[in-house]
Amino acid sequence: MSDIADRVKKIVVEHLGVEEDKVTETASFIDDLGADSLDTVELVMAFEEEFGIEIPDDAAETIQTFGDAVGFISKAV
Amino acid sequence: MFDLTGKTALVTGASGGIGADIARALHKAGAVVGLSGTRVAPLEELAAELGERAHVLACNLSVAEEVEGLVKRGVEAMGSVDILVNNAGITRDGLAMRMSDEDWASVIDVNLTASFRLCRAAIRGMMKARYGRIINISSVVGTTGNPGQANYCASKAGMVGMSKALASEVASRGITVNCVAPGFIETAMTDKLNEAQKGGILSAVPAGRMGRPEEIAAAVVYLASGEAGYVTGATLHVNGGMAMI
Repeated sequence: MSDIADRVKKIVVEHLGVEEDKVTETASFIDDLGADSLDTVELVMAFEEEFGIEIPDDAAETIQTFGDAVGFISKAV
Repeated sequence: MFDLTGKTALVTGASGGIGADIARALHKAGAVVGLSGTRVAPLEELAAELGERAHVLACNLSVAEEVEGLVKRGVEAMGSVDILVNNAGITRDGLAMRMSDEDWASVIDVNLTASFRLCRAAIRGMMKARYGRIINISSVVGTTGNPGQANYCASKAGMVGMSKALASEVASRGITVNCVAPGFIETAMTDKLNEAQKGGILSAVPAGRMGRPEEIAAAVVYLASGEAGYVTGATLHVNGGMAMI
């Protein structure tokens, strides 16, 4: 697994308090990992901080799963 | 009664009569206070009076960049901002028919927009901490209206609506957002009124006197306390009964 995926996973695990093995490629933050809308905003902000990138609102809306997040961030950094 | 030891509080408009007393009361309850205002001299004076646990954070709230940086400076100085008191406010009174766009906009900018920006910035850290207290100082005229103050009344009513929206967004994270709405309070501003003007005002106040700044500060300390954790989206009216709302 790439370094980016590891760092994203760490943030997700810490923030949502879920088991690491639940955070799979297709795991949806809201449907599978129990996030609410505020959690998703916090996650995006945490990603921005961790990777020093800006995630605009329209892009943030497309980040629904762990895989989406890793994909977006890999392109953005 | 309410212990704020270990908490950090950022107070805007701390150079003014009400703001200074809010800072004093929070400090007395044990909080570390960040004193913000445009004029540095009175802030330095207040900080010297308070002694330890007081930081001066000068900021002109009509300059967006300064507003954006204020919470960050508060965190640098105090380690966090657990309590935010948006107390700073300006007036540019005039009948609506004669009110310029500039006078409208400057009051909305400082009283409402700067408060929003500070809330937005402060909530970031509060979300992580799963704890926060935001107290926005509104005014009785935000509810009742007052001739010559269309801009000011709009800004103060706006704070109430904004606080309710924010309160519902962040309640699940242990953050409360409330307003305190003062009535007529003894300050440098009301000292300028003549006896006849004061008499006219007091005839509308069942308590028969003006409020004192420390009576506003006491309401703020309550809403800043851990004990007030279940109070959110509320407006605490402190007005001697002049408007029972």
